[in-house]
Amino acid sequence: MEKSLCFYFQVHQPDRLRLYRFFDIGNDSNYFDDFANRTILNRVAQRCYLPMNAILLELVKKYKGKFKVAFSISGVALEQFEKYNPAVLDSFRKLADTGCVEFLAETYSHSLASLKSEKEFETQVKLHAKAVKKYLGVTPTAFRNTELIYSDTIGEKVASMGYNVMLTEGAKHILGWKSPNYIYTNAINPRLKLLLKNFNLSDDIAFRFSDRSNPNWPLTSEKYADWLSKSEGNGDIINLFMDYETFGEHQSQSTGIFEFMKALPEAVLSRTNLKFRTPSEAAGLHQPVAPLHVPFAISWADEERDTSAWLGNELQNEAFNKLYAQQERVIKSKDEALIADFRKLQESDHFYYMCTKFFSDGAVHKYFNPYDTPYEAFINYMNVLSDFIVRVDRLSDKGKKAAVKESGKEPAAARSRKSSTKKTTAKK
Amino acid sequence: MFGWEFPPHIAGGLGTACYGLTKGLAKHDVEILFVMPSASGDEDQSAVKIVNASDVPFTQSWSDMESFLNRVDFLKVSSNLVPYIDPQLYSEYAGSAMTRSEYEQFKVKYGCKYRFSGKYGVNLMEEVANYAMVAATIARENTFDVIHAHDWLTYAAGIAAKRVSGKPLVIHVHATEFDRSGENVNSQVYNIERMGMLEADKVITVSNLTRNIVINKYGIDPKKVVTVHNAVDFNEFKQVDVHRGVRDKIITFLGRITFQKGPEYFIEAAAKVLKKVSDVRFVMAGSGDLMNRSIRRVAQLGIADRFHFTGFLRGNDVKRMFAYSDVYVMPSVSEPFGISPLEAMKSNVPTIISKQSGVAEVLKYAIKVDFWDIDAMADAMYGLLTYPALSQMSIRCGVEEVNALKWENAALKIKDVYTAAINGN
Repeated sequence: MEKSLCFYFQVHQPDRLRLYRFFDIGNDSNYFDDFANRTILNRVAQRCYLPMNAILLELVKKYKGKFKVAFSISGVALEQFEKYNPAVLDSFRKLADTGCVEFLAETYSHSLASLKSEKEFETQVKLHAKAVKKYLGVTPTAFRNTELIYSDTIGEKVASMGYNVMLTEGAKHILGWKSPNYIYTNAINPRLKLLLKNFNLSDDIAFRFSDRSNPNWPLTSEKYADWLSKSEGNGDIINLFMDYETFGEHQSQSTGIFEFMKALPEAVLSRTNLKFRTPSEAAGLHQPVAPLHVPFAISWADEERDTSAWLGNELQNEAFNKLYAQQERVIKSKDEALIADFRKLQESDHFYYMCTKFFSDGAVHKYFNPYDTPYEAFINYMNVLSDFIVRVDRLSDKGKKAAVKESGKEPAAARSRKSSTKKTTAKK
Repeated sequence: MFGWEFPPHIAGGLGTACYGLTKGLAKHDVEILFVMPSASGDEDQSAVKIVNASDVPFTQSWSDMESFLNRVDFLKVSSNLVPYIDPQLYSEYAGSAMTRSEYEQFKVKYGCKYRFSGKYGVNLMEEVANYAMVAATIARENTFDVIHAHDWLTYAAGIAAKRVSGKPLVIHVHATEFDRSGENVNSQVYNIERMGMLEADKVITVSNLTRNIVINKYGIDPKKVVTVHNAVDFNEFKQVDVHRGVRDKIITFLGRITFQKGPEYFIEAAAKVLKKVSDVRFVMAGSGDLMNRSIRRVAQLGIADRFHFTGFLRGNDVKRMFAYSDVYVMPSVSEPFGISPLEAMKSNVPTIISKQSGVAEVLKYAIKVDFWDIDAMADAMYGLLTYPALSQMSIRCGVEEVNALKWENAALKIKDVYTAAINGN
């Protein structure tokens, strides 16, 4: 049987926070920098989403079913497309309609919920599937977690939710001598098949494509197809997973990345025996070779391939724990605005900005970070979170009062300094 | 008088003190030639620019402005000296790669009004020496009876003026190197400070705490060291109205987040209080070299949802911060005087100060704790939060005490020092 070549692109845009000052706590609950979010989204749409989608659509049509790719688009990104640039949604929808493009399931808000709360994780996955159906007209069947985070227990959970394919990183410290070019299964539930990212070949495009200090520069489609053909001997499948923003944004148009992709299908089909397949398709064709044991969570980030980019220092852990401590009350409140903000505050990006690992992957971190220092990111996030908690407190107080059917008005939530002084006097 | 910044661009305690002192002295019929460094950039740096006093903008209404202005003349010296700088910082900021924007940040950080021209040497000591040369020129061209120099950056200028004119020198110690750096003193700075104190005819210290340091650590003859406590001038003080967004009580630390100010003790005490009381928030307002370490510590203690950082606050935000506060804490490890607790008290905020601060000598009713005694500090915070009687009394007595501290009185003492210096006792 012909071996598979599996492309999957990640599409995500965070809801960046505005500069939220201490004095805003309790007074102003607009957390997001709409201007920056809109500007960045439109910029990336112009440079990447729109031109690249057009190229992919052309390729799919040209090769009549022989060229296939997969996407995962976070729910918050879908929301931003609808709000700021609906043309992007249309172009994805067109890709979906070809039947040659698979859309994967993930958490709605690109969150780290899988590491903290099963319940919230499940809710978000369901929400995301609903959003994909709504915007793109398809129901996802394969799953990929935020930043390809995976562990045995997360895999088990995903399997229990009805997915039988999951994508993750081919992390060296997990694989050891094993090759990422086979299909593996979850160690607890063997029905869940795992596709592992071939990070060498993926990063050749995503990170090294325009690197002139790389001896292999410039990378041509033919050269790359030859590398693929060398790898195809040992394995069933080659998984190329990367950020979609690689095309036109991280690697700008002037590097020739678009031309590279335009010529790639021809080069692959003529020089190798590989067939383009979507993750679900490939997982259905190839037999898994072994279970893969992943006791601790892995991801596709940084040299460490673990979760330390988001939860690697005390700042991140503190912010993360304080956020999820509110979960129960937030969900209970049934307040839509509150729950929506709760989800947006869970976006992994907020924690990424607080990362202090400057040495191993500082350059990558810096590229994605709107803050000058992790400390600023932390202060700003905690100020926002403090306001959020104030809102949760107010609502749950109200809830309690409604429960005991107390009459009378809710005490004014924010009091001026004067009245609070009076109050103390009165007590005395 | 070799002083520092002047209104409307007042930043640190030093500027405020110089200003208050000058006003007080003017009331006691002392005429002052006020010399201060100012680098406005495009001026000819070799020249000393004399600014007509009436050109100096005053924003506040002072009842007797005319007579004040008649007695105070201003000299601005082109120099990029700024208050609160040490040689290391200076070279960091004045170093080769320094860009204007970086300096702007630095300016904001230290709240000074001077612009950097980029024309000066990278060595702070050189700058101090330049300033002293200019001072000598000024001393030759003007007539006066006594020279008064504030803090170590101007001591050399004071000495130069003394050598040229033969008039007595009074130096005013607002802070020593031991306050700024603990035991790790910069010997260059120490030497200049000591030289200034030895050359001076009289040394004024802002507290007995500082007086002891001057006597014990610099070996200065106790007879010539006089303590004159600072005062405060609240003529323009206005309470600002704020809309508090949170119901919780707020305990505030406001100042540079540096070793001298003892931020870590505030954090540890906060963690203790938070174990007992839930409806309280802590705010650390300011910036400094210990800020990142403080943030980490707060995160480690798991109290970051109740402990906020505001970054550097300026102008009106400082007043807003006081208006927001229910308790003000100054846990300074070493504070020659410390004017901010007085501002807090004036804003009706009960105040906890460390016993290691000069201001503790003039405040009878403020709650005083050792800076290292985080249990006592936590107790005091808890008490002020939970017992209304205590905070009420603290507010009432605080305002009274602060109102009693007048620059006029301090200036009178300083005038006596001048007289003594002139008469050679």
